[in-house]
Amino acid sequence: MIRFLPAGVNSNVQRRRGESFMRQSFSIGIGGAAGQGVASPGDIFAKIFTRRGLHLNAYNAYQSIIRGGHTFLTIRVSVDPVGAIHGQLDLLIPLNQDTVDRHLRLLRSGGVCLYNADTIHPGAPPDGVALCPLPASKLADISRNKIAQNTLAIGAALSLMGIEFDALESILEAQFRSKGSAVIQENVTLARAGYEYAAQNFTPFPHALPATAKRYAALSGNTAMAMGAAAAGVKFYCAYPMSPATGVLHWMAQHGRKAGIMVRQVEDEIGVINMAIGAAHAGARSMCATSGGGFALMSEGLGLSAQAEIPVVVIDCQRAGPSTGVPTKTEQGDLWQMLGAAFGDYPRVIAAPLDIADCFTLMAEIFNVTDRFQCPGIVLCDLLLSEGRLSVEPSVLDFAPHVDRGALITSNGKGDIEPYQRYKITPSGVSPRVIPGVAGHTHVVSSDEHDEDGVLISDAYTNHAKRRAMMEKRMRKVDGIAAAVAPPQLLGPQDAEVTLIGWGSTYGVIQEACEILGEQGIRANHLPIRWLVPLHGDTILDLLRKMRHTIIVENNFSGQFARYLRSETSFVANGYIRKYDGEPFFAEQIVTAVKDQLAGRAKLSVPAHEVMV
Amino acid sequence: MATEVVTPNTITMADLKGRVEPDWCPGCGDYGVLAAVQKALVELQIQPHDVCTISGIGCSSNFPGFIETYGMHTLHGRALPVATGVKLANHALTVLVTGGDGDGFGIGCGHFVHSMRRNADLTYIVMDNQIYGLTTGQTSPTSRMAMKTKSTPYGNVENPVNPVALALAAGATFVARGFSADQKHLTELIKQGIAHKGFSFIDVFSPCVTFNHDNTVQWFRPRVKRLEDDFTYDASNLEAALAKSQIWGEEIPIGKFFERTDQASLQEMEPVLEQGPLVHQSYRIPSETARAFIEELM
Repeated sequence: MIRFLPAGVNSNVQRRRGESFMRQSFSIGIGGAAGQGVASPGDIFAKIFTRRGLHLNAYNAYQSIIRGGHTFLTIRVSVDPVGAIHGQLDLLIPLNQDTVDRHLRLLRSGGVCLYNADTIHPGAPPDGVALCPLPASKLADISRNKIAQNTLAIGAALSLMGIEFDALESILEAQFRSKGSAVIQENVTLARAGYEYAAQNFTPFPHALPATAKRYAALSGNTAMAMGAAAAGVKFYCAYPMSPATGVLHWMAQHGRKAGIMVRQVEDEIGVINMAIGAAHAGARSMCATSGGGFALMSEGLGLSAQAEIPVVVIDCQRAGPSTGVPTKTEQGDLWQMLGAAFGDYPRVIAAPLDIADCFTLMAEIFNVTDRFQCPGIVLCDLLLSEGRLSVEPSVLDFAPHVDRGALITSNGKGDIEPYQRYKITPSGVSPRVIPGVAGHTHVVSSDEHDEDGVLISDAYTNHAKRRAMMEKRMRKVDGIAAAVAPPQLLGPQDAEVTLIGWGSTYGVIQEACEILGEQGIRANHLPIRWLVPLHGDTILDLLRKMRHTIIVENNFSGQFARYLRSETSFVANGYIRKYDGEPFFAEQIVTAVKDQLAGRAKLSVPAHEVMV
Repeated sequence: MATEVVTPNTITMADLKGRVEPDWCPGCGDYGVLAAVQKALVELQIQPHDVCTISGIGCSSNFPGFIETYGMHTLHGRALPVATGVKLANHALTVLVTGGDGDGFGIGCGHFVHSMRRNADLTYIVMDNQIYGLTTGQTSPTSRMAMKTKSTPYGNVENPVNPVALALAAGATFVARGFSADQKHLTELIKQGIAHKGFSFIDVFSPCVTFNHDNTVQWFRPRVKRLEDDFTYDASNLEAALAKSQIWGEEIPIGKFFERTDQASLQEMEPVLEQGPLVHQSYRIPSETARAFIEELM
């Protein structure tokens, strides 16, 4: 984990321009209106950095608009893994006036603003910040190529960062390959013009961006979940487009045929969950993804998965709700919807990936648990991870993970079996399931309550003893599920002054906050929750009872996890840090809030996001 | 898969008899539909374990329990997407979808329309009784105008949907209408529907003896007229089919309205299924393919 020192806090490393940030982390901000091409410089930089052996974390703040508005991409790089972006920049590339007006003040001392001098007028920069105007119309035919200013800026930025031009050339070739050699050549020429102009006219950062012998993959959480599912053997994926989950569909649609995965776009989320259940019943590992609104439509289907005991994995990429809410902003506001989805009691599993690498790793684990226990599995992701970018060690992307399909009959073997009972009462609550097509095993699976052999007991044959036995059979799986999943572990010193508790995507930012607190003399530790169901409440209670000051950190208004933890364990934390403005936490916000709470100034802290994005 | 031991045997009606007796009211039209489906499977000699019968919720949706095949009794209105999933995951199965008019044309109407344009190889048999039976007699999407039901005590003021016309407009590649009391004719339609490569829709008049006293067997019998008896009728002509679908009153056409065979079914359009049923394919992605996926990100 990288260490971050806010500008001005440690004067001996901030003394001269650029001296400190290369040692620790370096942040680039690129902003403009939607349609101005913010994403593609981001992708280009990400490739350059990860090929250079640098870690990165990127987050795009955007709006539900195809043209116009304001989009701001932050990429933070370091030699060490980067758990989160933060609130300060070293290099700002505004593509319009609006961006420079909003973000210039985020540049810390030693930082640079690189901009098109024809169209952008930055005004007075903060102390120690250099303005680097590019005379775009002199360097390129701007009227013909609308994104020429972006390509010029990429070239110039590389020069400032001390990166050799070759690194960019091969990426541009790949980027524009489909558009032909003329377009490639035009962009390479533009980038080179920017690169050379910067070399001749601007002062570069005093230390070139470091390089290591490593090489990382840069990917979004959506791509990671899609790939993780593919690695776990998913054979059927279907979805209805919904931000911020659509990236999973895009990866699947693009790669499904190569990966041997059936991919379908369905008419609505009700159709989605039911189609996934159908494919799962036929024996294929099946998955779908959506956001809160689509998930609401899926909830009856989730109950079918539980009642018919057909395993299916649903990804919920949370965005700010309720209702359509803020479609392009992040939140951890769907926890109670997941806990309460569908009526009746039934076993389910819910897991929240801790970071983008975990988005990949978690998939095989949750598929194995849902297959073994024949129940629905929910991956509770959020926009921060779904659409963020992280550098990941390629070995983490393991395409041969352990696969456990559970008790699944795919052949009638010798044919001398006793009469097959789909819902046979067993001590574990798990009854072997069979894929349709196997001789000698015909049966009906049902959303209605049923007998051991699948015959309905809900209508003409209602039988309270059988109903009770079937309910107890299904619910016995809960114990097996708890045993199949590792309980959470405390990270950091046992004897900490403060314990931060988070779940899912806050992992990276809380880890960084703990490190900053440690550097400032406050011993902090962290309990990250990955499995929400099963929760392992007793383990958590044992851990937290020994802690001196506990604070639950989450991205929602009401403290959904805090309320859940209290309902399961009676545990009440000492304080809470919450954010529900649509933007993710920055580590420094958590640090400030922790200090306030330890000093007794607050019990609930709601950090404000300083910049309008 | 391990070696299957399957003794091919001649399928009889007894092999297809369900584990429980139907709980439909005596005289319900659905008995006739059940028998016709069983006869069609016997005549086609399809092994029961190669069939998956999938229903939604309602009186007629209890169907899978009354026939000895693989079965799924799903959610109200959701049989079609479930069935599409089953078929795409294992297209070696014969997938039958059974349900009622409320299930298919009310709560499930969105899936109905999209399933037809999607053209998955399913046979969808709707037992259309123009009433909600299991909830004890409310108006359904096919209830006639002015019909008095528990939810329309002063008479229905909404137009009924025309399932055949809707299916034709939605691009269904096989559209038929049967009558549960004309079992031989219905059996023939179901056989054709199963043989059809693509989505086949069979709307079946299956009168409710308890809650619909308007559209009874006695009401239908003098009205229904087989399209097959008209030697000039061309079921490959969509315009003719659309025209026939508008006829309702003293004469009501039944039979195959339309079939086209020039359109590939969904599973034929998907290269992923070229190697055989999805469920029997390897779930491991070849390492060189996996490496290429990772390399894209680097």
